[in-house]
Amino acid sequence: MAANTTNSPARPGSLVGQALREAVFAGLISFGMFVLFVGLKTDQNMRNELVLTQRWGLLAVFVGVAMAGRFLMVAAVRPWIAARKAERAARPATVAEAGPIRRNLHYIAFGALVLFPPVVVALFGMQGSLKFVDNFGIQILIYVMLAWGLNIVVGLAGLLDLGYVAFYAVGAYSYALLSSHFGLSFWVLLPLAGILSAFWGVILGFPVLRLRGDYLAIVTLAFGEIIRLVLVNWTEVTKGTFGISGIAKASVFGIWSFDVSAPNNFAKAFDLPMSSAYYKIFLFYVILAMCAITAFVSIRLRSMPIGRAWEALREDEIACRSLGINTVTTKLTAFAIGAMFGGFAGAFFGARQGFVSPESFVFLESAVILAIVVLGGMGSMFGIAVAAAVMIGGTELLREMSFLKAAFGPDFTPELYRMLIFGLAMVIVMVLKPRGFVGTRQPTAFLHERKAISGSFTKEGHG
Amino acid sequence: MEYFIQQTVNGLTLGSIYGMIAIGYTMVYGIIGMINFAHGDVFMLGAFAALIAYLILAAIFASVPVALALLVMMAVAIVMTSLWNWTIERIAYRPLRGSFRLAPLITAIGMSIVLSNFIQVTQGPRNKPIAPMVSKVYDVGGISISLKQILIVVITIVMMTVFWFIVNRTSLGRAQRATEQDRKMAALLGVDVDRTISITFVMGAALAGVAGTMFLMYYGVTVFSDGFIPGVKAFTAAVLGGIGSLPGALLGGLLIGLIESLWSAYFSIDYKDVATFSILAVVLIFKPSGILGRPEIEKV
Repeated sequence: MAANTTNSPARPGSLVGQALREAVFAGLISFGMFVLFVGLKTDQNMRNELVLTQRWGLLAVFVGVAMAGRFLMVAAVRPWIAARKAERAARPATVAEAGPIRRNLHYIAFGALVLFPPVVVALFGMQGSLKFVDNFGIQILIYVMLAWGLNIVVGLAGLLDLGYVAFYAVGAYSYALLSSHFGLSFWVLLPLAGILSAFWGVILGFPVLRLRGDYLAIVTLAFGEIIRLVLVNWTEVTKGTFGISGIAKASVFGIWSFDVSAPNNFAKAFDLPMSSAYYKIFLFYVILAMCAITAFVSIRLRSMPIGRAWEALREDEIACRSLGINTVTTKLTAFAIGAMFGGFAGAFFGARQGFVSPESFVFLESAVILAIVVLGGMGSMFGIAVAAAVMIGGTELLREMSFLKAAFGPDFTPELYRMLIFGLAMVIVMVLKPRGFVGTRQPTAFLHERKAISGSFTKEGHG
Repeated sequence: MEYFIQQTVNGLTLGSIYGMIAIGYTMVYGIIGMINFAHGDVFMLGAFAALIAYLILAAIFASVPVALALLVMMAVAIVMTSLWNWTIERIAYRPLRGSFRLAPLITAIGMSIVLSNFIQVTQGPRNKPIAPMVSKVYDVGGISISLKQILIVVITIVMMTVFWFIVNRTSLGRAQRATEQDRKMAALLGVDVDRTISITFVMGAALAGVAGTMFLMYYGVTVFSDGFIPGVKAFTAAVLGGIGSLPGALLGGLLIGLIESLWSAYFSIDYKDVATFSILAVVLIFKPSGILGRPEIEKV
């Protein structure tokens, strides 16, 4: 648990001794850290007074794990990593020619996603497919889209935005309010929500043009919180913490509807048995298409003048300005386009849930999206998609692990540990791979041939 | 007028707590230029440590003098937060020193999530109330000042004096200031930079522990999610006062506390957090160096 970074050269005899010493040290530290919080639990008794329950067994487990972990780290893992590094350094650097699978990975992944719902339906039946399509497919794809949208702001333009969820909220509430007050359909409101969000992106982007780095992050965090607090407190319009429910579902371009009572109901039109799975599968394809558009637009934008300007801005703002690039419009377009995709995702979220409340737009969501962007490797679209699948899919998976109940007793609820594990994963992945899952970048401007470069050559921007 | 003074007193009390947390942000930001996002949750951890210490005391002894109980709670909270923050720095921030700037920010956010969820999992998600420890209230010309408030302000002043002394008058403080100015040069001149940074984290955490104890004593209740909002407000305070400046952090904390309580008194209590966040945005936009901070000179 506690890292003691003494890197003395490893002699096999002393290594075990050193590992033992550090394990004891880690044990002491973890005992100190956990003795109050794990060893004792505050519970309320019948008279509503707090009393302490003792859990020394659990404390012993925590300390034991910390000691064993530290011992293995020092005695086994670290020498192994060092040996691997040495071996790699000794080998001449060769660049393997990418095979056909590797080269077309994007298309293969997209094809697999297109085939995902029919395969799941074939395997688990209509009702059984709901869980996979909705909890895994749609949920992950929403985060992929949000992360790709944020990637334009953070990964390309290098503007650190900690309040991205505000635009997601603007999109969701635009759809919820406009559809319930004016009865407009999803397909009309989807672009509208994007435009409104982009508008907010410009409004919030304008005052922060002069700010850089951490300060920008904190102001965007403040804006995100302000928008959430307004949603909570402006009860006449937003109904406050109760949220807006009964939001209209999306339809297949107005041709078929998914409302059970509607005459043009999808299932009725095709004489299929009634099921809620059709709507989810339809939504899956909608979000998949939206993700594809996001990816297409960001890839194309990157090699357009505006995308080049974003990346130049990320690398060096002063050089950028002295070359005559208008940094104001460059920053604002980045904010606006990033926010627009957030707004699209928000409108989709509203249509999918049928319910929006400020609960869904807390700071934690911004942090999760930013974490996905950074963990995936800023600027790498594929890495971000992988990170979203791992982080969101992984935490969703915890919901499914009911077999753990058998191991840890019926009181064990894996959901509780979802965010705890998510946070730990954020820290561990970041420490092990600071440049994200995909450590290489594809430059858009190159001499003679396109070569992947290491992520460490790209800057993360100061503005 | 009395109402105004009453609200000012309340605001100053709240501001003292924010100021103490803000010191942790400002010292860490000053020395390694990172926002220790988990600091608010370290503060929450301090409140829980104090709570558990209080319950242990209550379980063992029939009655403990309040002053002694408070001292013990504060000591336990300081030890706990220091240990935690030290470990967090070791495992989450130190390996990333020298990496790109976003990396430690991400681990700090991760650690913040870990800490609040750790407490939620181990201590349960419900509010944890304790019986009021100090309930004496003085009446000064129509304004009621409680002993709690006096205690908080006095303890804040004492802690600030101690910290001011450490930073400005000891060799440790000199090492800290040297590391802040130029880490590499400080290392070349024989300052143990890693150790200095660790101690800075421990010092900030100690103040967060004190603030946590004060928070628990003042409100008589704590919950696992208590770290975020005070954390952001304390960071606002640190920025408002000028990040990197110790008196600035206290000044900023007091201002934030005042604004918050006066805003709640005269405008709307619902929007008090909006007021704080707006101030943060406005200050950063128009005077990013804060009230007492030095303007950052950009090197090209």
